[in-house]
Amino acid sequence: MQLLLKGGRVIDPLAGVDRAADVLVEDGRVSAVGAAPDAKIPAECVVDVSGKLVLPGLIDMHVHLREPGLEHKEDIETGSRAAAAGGFTGVAAMPNTIPVTDNRPIVEYICKRGRDVGLARVCPIGAVTKGLLGESMAEIGEMVEGGAVAFSDDAFPLADSGLMRHVMEYCRMFNVPVILHCEDKSLAGDGLMNEGLTSTMLGLRGIPDEVEEISTARNILLARLTGCRTHIAHVSTKGAVELIRRAKEDGIPVTCETCPQYFTLTDELVVGYNTNAKVSPPLRTAEDVEAVKAGLADGTIDVIATDHAPHAIEEKEAEFAVAPPGIIGLETSVGLVMTELVAPGILSDVQAFEKMTATPAKILGIPGGTLAKGAVADITVIDPAREWVVRPEELKSKSKNTPFGGRSLCGKAALTILGGKVVCRDGEIVE
Amino acid sequence: MGLKRKDILGLQEMSPDEIETILETALSFKEILTRKVKKVPTLRGRSIITLFFEPSTRTRTSFEMAGKIMSADVSSIAMANSSVVKGECLKDTILTLQAMKPDLFIVRHQASGAPHFIAGMVKESVINAGDGMHEHPSQGLLDMLTIIEKKGRLDGLTVAIVGDILHSRVARSNMWGLTKMGAKVRFVGPETLIPSEAKNLPVEVYTNVEEGIKGADVVNVLRIQRERMTGGLLPSTREYSRLFGITKERLKLAKDNAIFMHPGPMNRGVEIMPDVADSDISMVTEQVTNGVAVRMAMLYHLLGGTEDAVVA
Repeated sequence: MQLLLKGGRVIDPLAGVDRAADVLVEDGRVSAVGAAPDAKIPAECVVDVSGKLVLPGLIDMHVHLREPGLEHKEDIETGSRAAAAGGFTGVAAMPNTIPVTDNRPIVEYICKRGRDVGLARVCPIGAVTKGLLGESMAEIGEMVEGGAVAFSDDAFPLADSGLMRHVMEYCRMFNVPVILHCEDKSLAGDGLMNEGLTSTMLGLRGIPDEVEEISTARNILLARLTGCRTHIAHVSTKGAVELIRRAKEDGIPVTCETCPQYFTLTDELVVGYNTNAKVSPPLRTAEDVEAVKAGLADGTIDVIATDHAPHAIEEKEAEFAVAPPGIIGLETSVGLVMTELVAPGILSDVQAFEKMTATPAKILGIPGGTLAKGAVADITVIDPAREWVVRPEELKSKSKNTPFGGRSLCGKAALTILGGKVVCRDGEIVE
Repeated sequence: MGLKRKDILGLQEMSPDEIETILETALSFKEILTRKVKKVPTLRGRSIITLFFEPSTRTRTSFEMAGKIMSADVSSIAMANSSVVKGECLKDTILTLQAMKPDLFIVRHQASGAPHFIAGMVKESVINAGDGMHEHPSQGLLDMLTIIEKKGRLDGLTVAIVGDILHSRVARSNMWGLTKMGAKVRFVGPETLIPSEAKNLPVEVYTNVEEGIKGADVVNVLRIQRERMTGGLLPSTREYSRLFGITKERLKLAKDNAIFMHPGPMNRGVEIMPDVADSDISMVTEQVTNGVAVRMAMLYHLLGGTEDAVVA
């Protein structure tokens, strides 16, 4: 089985490659990158990708696939379809499932479901505590054996610093990262949106920046104490960016991610009680958006993830206080990164896609993220000139909770290739 | 005539002209309340549903009376006995009631924005009767009507609103309404009960009650809720009363002919001393009467009745 991607611009951030080249895939692996080999390749195996970017398969290290237990929002099949359509060949699934992904059988179940669906590499993230209750450590070692790539308290931030210390020490033993949702719940209280003039006028309880920053600071200090590889999820405030910048200068083993909503949207989108503007952490101010962009540009922010968080229509069609936080992101991420970061020159395309390929692969310690000869052929081909409009009803995700509906974007995945097989072409799943 | 809007959700989005229209209509409607036969045919054949997801006596009764005086058919849904208890979502509750073909919904809800959610869903008019910490437009209007009656104007007056500003929809509606009509608004209360962003609102902020009411034409006192003590926002009702309670002595700092208002229900001896509450300058019962008149005007303008029918 051969596949020749001909005439594209190959970007392999890990190898420092950015040049016009052809990519030959044989038996599910990259077998050559360079000028087109002899005409031995059958014509039906040649794809013209001129004018397009040929990248290692994109990896989204922060998604919620909702299976098991919350299949009315999303499941591993629909989530994989959304990933493939968005150009992602790898996704790391958060553990807030029902039951919680806190033991080996569930980890193995998720891996198996991902393989059976076969549209994306689904990497489970295990819960740091049993039931995500914050009381006792989950069986992290067993979950590592079962295929968990990281451990997280996502959506249920662990308040107990002593227990978090032990989790981090324990994870260090397996060299797996801990991914932290930084939120001081006692300060957040019943907050529903960013605290500021908008929340005051809307009469919605506010969540100040310090909710995120107190927790970010604590987790940085625990990373210093334990030496555990610590990854801060969805950075949204200027202060959090500054704390992480300083931690990195101090040599503390911390990495972090942000999501498209935090470099494109502000809390003013909540006006009118728009429940698709309700996310956790909340949308912040224009000043924070600028700080997040600056953090992306100077490398403080290592990764662009999505925090793809599907919720059913009936859950979001409710009072603002009642609607759950979260938005879907897999299918809009490439377009938003290209339109809002690359086009205005905040990041080069090489810098942007390093944050969606090599870096998350390295943090999670998973294959992929490179087009080196012999690497598994997970490849994303992006058409940087493709103009399109986000139509929620056309998205593959089971849920449609996006605040980007109607937005014009430029840049879209043209081909998603998993293990040498084309799984999505121009947004349509190849069955 | 009627307003050129489907809903009344807050005073923030209303123009001074719209506010003036409602207040003028309310002043003329108030006369009906003095008649022996308190019934006009203006809204005959129109049906109104009041939907209160939060306990309320005065606002609900006031809207009901306003509708009935104008001959509308008013149905009140007691949410405690409704299918909400059985887990029905707000959308289905509204769709069900809408199918009974009302002309207008009056909604009180603990979640800020719930009336907006409903208004976006239905073609019928919606009046916000208080949503969470957001707005309570009919209270704002009736407070303004009360001030106009006593002072003859709003423009140039200073109104001190004292108490739990942070959680108060009454404070927000008063702020928007009064400032649009040319009055100065002060927020007076403890630091923990004033939104930190008040500095960016069109108000002056005072944490010293004497300074806050000094020279004011109107002192509007808000109810202090017991939950604020358990929630760690205040140490005790005793300390609040000592620091912020409105006494006769303190009121002497306001203008000579100043008036006292309270949206009720009052905690006598906590935020307001009984001798003030029962004094001649207290407008508390007048506010309640004006509430009916203002709500008649709101219903009238949204349901587009004709003025002739009222005068007749």
